[in-house]
Amino acid sequence: MTAPMVRCRQVRKSFGRLEVLRGIDLVIERGQVVCVVGPSGSGKSTLLRCLNHLEEPQAGRIHVDGELIGYEERGGRLRPLPDARLRRQRESIGMVFQRFHLFPHRTALGNVMEGLVAVQGVRVPDARKRAGELLDRVGLADRAHHYPAQLSGGQQQRVAIARSLAMSPKLMLFDEPTSALDPELVGEVLEVMKDLAASGMTMIVVTHEMGFAREVGDHLVFMDDGLIIEEGPPRKVLAAPTHERTRAFLSKVL
Amino acid sequence: MDRTADERVRAADPAPAELDTAQANRISHPVRPGRWLAAGVVALVLVWLGWSIAVNPNLHWDIVVDYQFDRVILEGLWVTIQLTVASMLIGVVLGVVVALMQTSASRILRTGATAYVWFFRGTPLLVQLIFWFNIALIFPEIGLGVPFGGPKLMTWETNALVTGFVAALLGLSINEGAYMSEIVRAGLRAVDPGQQEAAAALGMSRAKIMRRVVLPQAMRIIVPPTGNQFISMLKTTSLVSVIAGADLLTVAQRLYLTNFEVIALLIVASIWYLVLTTVASVGQYFLERRFSRGFGTTVPGTLRGRIGRNLRFTGSAR
Repeated sequence: MTAPMVRCRQVRKSFGRLEVLRGIDLVIERGQVVCVVGPSGSGKSTLLRCLNHLEEPQAGRIHVDGELIGYEERGGRLRPLPDARLRRQRESIGMVFQRFHLFPHRTALGNVMEGLVAVQGVRVPDARKRAGELLDRVGLADRAHHYPAQLSGGQQQRVAIARSLAMSPKLMLFDEPTSALDPELVGEVLEVMKDLAASGMTMIVVTHEMGFAREVGDHLVFMDDGLIIEEGPPRKVLAAPTHERTRAFLSKVL
Repeated sequence: MDRTADERVRAADPAPAELDTAQANRISHPVRPGRWLAAGVVALVLVWLGWSIAVNPNLHWDIVVDYQFDRVILEGLWVTIQLTVASMLIGVVLGVVVALMQTSASRILRTGATAYVWFFRGTPLLVQLIFWFNIALIFPEIGLGVPFGGPKLMTWETNALVTGFVAALLGLSINEGAYMSEIVRAGLRAVDPGQQEAAAALGMSRAKIMRRVVLPQAMRIIVPPTGNQFISMLKTTSLVSVIAGADLLTVAQRLYLTNFEVIALLIVASIWYLVLTTVASVGQYFLERRFSRGFGTTVPGTLRGRIGRNLRFTGSAR
């Protein structure tokens, strides 16, 4: 019996007086695709950013693959993890951002190579070969030498996914990956994500794409006001939400 | 990589052949008499100015020619170049360090950086130069050892250590560091914070994020004003003539104090300053182009186009 990929216990986070996460409990099994939905300001993105410690939760524990994220327990107290070990944790958790955040001064190939060369110390020729394969996997082999500014939003996001995959992560986080895209470009990104899910990757996707959640998701989490209100199989939650707030939200987006 | 940048520059200029095929759709622009009149007046003034300078017997052009490549002048020119390059290099390094201090989480580092900028931007450079030149009045000896009055390993006499050149270098570079730190800070701030997050999410260390992700992008913002600082520094070095810095202006002054050809020697010096700034402008263009990679629209035209813009009397007919 192996540990779940992600286990959150009573995770809390506030910005000043504003409580964004008010005690999140969540378990995600290996290979699951979990879609997190909910109104804006409900804490979905913050939860995602806590998982790779881009935000430091103020209370609670997050374990990824059995490892406590961002802290270590010594003498019964939590202490911040030394930088080098935090970096190793982040390396194994891929993250895709709403606004892509590709490195504009590097080509598509250079973006995918960056982590291999700068973090994993892979030699440049090997990194170039591996990056080329990953660009091919997201269907952008012919755009390898384009700069991000010369690519469409959909292409940029696919490069960003390839950049994360280059680190061979065990978990992929997607923070509204299609929200900044023109409608006709959403499909190509979802297609890449669907392939990734089929390959067995554990994925957490904050999204407004209910179609994707229903079709690809194994589990759906509905958040509101810093709490998980309802969760379960996507088809069931989307078709017959049990909670009033879930019903109200879904009636607006479906 | 460079090839694609070149192609982009070229693509910005439409091919002439395409324009010819569009004859039928040509737009005829109205004649603008006011603009032509203004251009005529300016041209007349320029020609008259040029003529009166060329034929003016008080300007002693023959002496200008004699001294333009004089050995003493060239030595001063060399000192000016050395001072400019060295002060800028030290100034840029100081600027980056101080800018990073200002973004630090440590309040002491931030306060130190702010105090440095406050002091060296707040006092005149001329005063700072004279101050460094006379530093021996405050610290007659400089030593290596335990601070706060502890034993010393070695000591030097300050006057022997701080020559005119060293004082000039200290004054110029430390002052430059204060201005450069503001330029670097603006550059760092212009980089989207998402860039640091994306790099951190890959597992990069803070130092690597700075070196590989943030600084290369900040350079695009930093390089143009730094070019200006360099060009400004070329001429600011002339201030060190007050502390016998042996730069271009100092040697020109020494010469005219003996032969009284004040105007001719100032022209000689000015011509060299113009040559230096022109060369620096060309260098700036290539640096800007290098750091604009991946930022399509910011390449500021071709070099020829840029010079041409400054040579044309009237603007394009748009």
